[in-house]
Amino acid sequence: MNSIHLLPLGDVDRGIVESLQQPLSRVFRMPVLLKEANLPLDAFFDEARGQYNSTAMIQFLRNEQSALARLHPGREGSHERILMVFGSDLYIPVLTYVFGEAELGGRVAIVSYYRLRNELYGLPLQRPLLLKRICKEALHELGHTYGLTHCLLQDCVMHASTYVEDIDLKGDTFCPDCIAAVQNPRA
Amino acid sequence: MNKQDIGILVVDDELIVRESLTKWFREDGFRVDAAENGAAALRKLQGNSWNIMLVDIKMPGMDGIELLQRIREITKEITVIIITAFASVDSAVKALKEGAYDYITKPIDPDYLDHLIEKALKEQQLVRENRQLRDTVSELSTAGEIIGDSPEIRNVMELIHTVAPTDTTVMIRGESGTGKELVARAIHNGSPRRYFPIVTVNCGGMTETLLESELFGHERGAFTGAQQRRKGKVELADGGTLFLDEIGNIDMKTQMDLLRVIETKQFTRVGGTDIIRSDFRVICATNKDLEQAVKDGIFREDLFYRLNVFTVCLPPLRKRPGDIAQLAHYFLEKYTRAMTKTVKSFTPEAMHALKGYDWPGNVRELENAVERAVVVCKGPSIEKDDLPVQTVAAPRPDGRKLEDIEHRYIAEVLDETGWNITRSASILDIDRVTLYHKIEKFGLKRKQ
Repeated sequence: MNSIHLLPLGDVDRGIVESLQQPLSRVFRMPVLLKEANLPLDAFFDEARGQYNSTAMIQFLRNEQSALARLHPGREGSHERILMVFGSDLYIPVLTYVFGEAELGGRVAIVSYYRLRNELYGLPLQRPLLLKRICKEALHELGHTYGLTHCLLQDCVMHASTYVEDIDLKGDTFCPDCIAAVQNPRA
Repeated sequence: MNKQDIGILVVDDELIVRESLTKWFREDGFRVDAAENGAAALRKLQGNSWNIMLVDIKMPGMDGIELLQRIREITKEITVIIITAFASVDSAVKALKEGAYDYITKPIDPDYLDHLIEKALKEQQLVRENRQLRDTVSELSTAGEIIGDSPEIRNVMELIHTVAPTDTTVMIRGESGTGKELVARAIHNGSPRRYFPIVTVNCGGMTETLLESELFGHERGAFTGAQQRRKGKVELADGGTLFLDEIGNIDMKTQMDLLRVIETKQFTRVGGTDIIRSDFRVICATNKDLEQAVKDGIFREDLFYRLNVFTVCLPPLRKRPGDIAQLAHYFLEKYTRAMTKTVKSFTPEAMHALKGYDWPGNVRELENAVERAVVVCKGPSIEKDDLPVQTVAAPRPDGRKLEDIEHRYIAEVLDETGWNITRSASILDIDRVTLYHKIEKFGLKRKQ
């Protein structure tokens, strides 16, 4: 059965994770389920950088999923996607930070709201804005799992964003071309 | 350009770096590949087109700087960005000296990386557009050729090559139809100003006020009919060349204005007060005896000396009869192509007639004669009968008899006055009836 599994990691704010269920379900037209993860987070932590390696986390989960699929052959045809939601800072080895990461055309993705918080930039806390940002990033990373690359349209949620301001500027929905690729993957 | 058409090659010995960057650029929609060392990168250069290469400076075997040198030996088209683990001024300077576009340190700020790639691609596009425009300009600028192999025309070519790269004012002198404008264009095209316009002003046949407005432009309401501001030719020639044709025909007031603008490179539009600056080179042309015009007080001496810095004298066609055949074949090819006809050559009789004619209208007359012949020609070769009547009927005088000199001079004066019989008779100091007799005697005919 097609579904999206949300995996809260560590001491993540559960309210933030739950806020994603409805919008993701509406856009991707499938159930969004909260699941529990059992990731050895310390293994992905780089002390020198004070950040978690998102590439290694995705890799770990993918390997685990493959092992599960081997144990339960019926799951092989499943189209479920897994989105890890995290509250700590993420990096991929060559870059200083990332807001999230996904397997392009795969099943596993991760987002972090660490750099989406206004407080990090010395601004007053704005929870509605934070929820809006994390929702856009969740849509964006899950979009990558459908094979979508960055969209040139500013209004599309697949538009690239490397600064938090970029996230605020772009739209919170997919453009017609991107939504078509998400809702009709074969098309 | 579609992002899928843009190729990025990542060269780094660390697998994790290759994988991370490849994934990062793939999410952006680029065509990406990676190589683990310099040798593998050079192999990937063969048969693939890469726009950008990100090259790690420290790699076992061939390092990033050496790879950069090898890439530069093969192509200058690829933008190379050097990646290094530690910021080092020495290696950065070395990389930039070897032609690297920029230099980034690991870990890379994602925002900086995206902007750097965007900037490099924009510059590549500008360079590409610039090259295309230059090619177009070069193609257009070589459109008119100076044809001939005679010592006279070779001398002209040498003068053009000498003066073209300078900013010197040039005066081109020669009879009507000798190709003065072609020479002006050749000088302009050989100059550093060739990517800017050459603006031609035909100073003959214009009233004083019209020429003034043509040269300097006018403001709205400067005179009746001036409904909009209009830029003059001097302003339009900014950065390029101002070609003043038939300079001997301008009135005294415009001569003074022209002298001022040539000296100061500043002017005001007619009816305006704003000072306009224009940076242009002057090339002028005349078929008049300007020295005599100066003596007669109808051409300013100071303007004459300002214009007559470097002179190119064009020989009349009758002085270089050896070029007639080459020119005739050039025009034959030009017009058969334009009219999609299959005329291949001239019959020996037709060529003999062309070579035997005096060509008072010079190359222009020869071109017109060949064009007409191509129109009327029915067979594979131009016959003598296809040529204009006067070409066949009036063979070139040998130039030594008094009668030949008289014939040639009368023809010149008639051409100069546009066959104005009264003015020609006045210049020749004979009455009109005598002139008519001479025209009949020498078989002179007005050119079409």
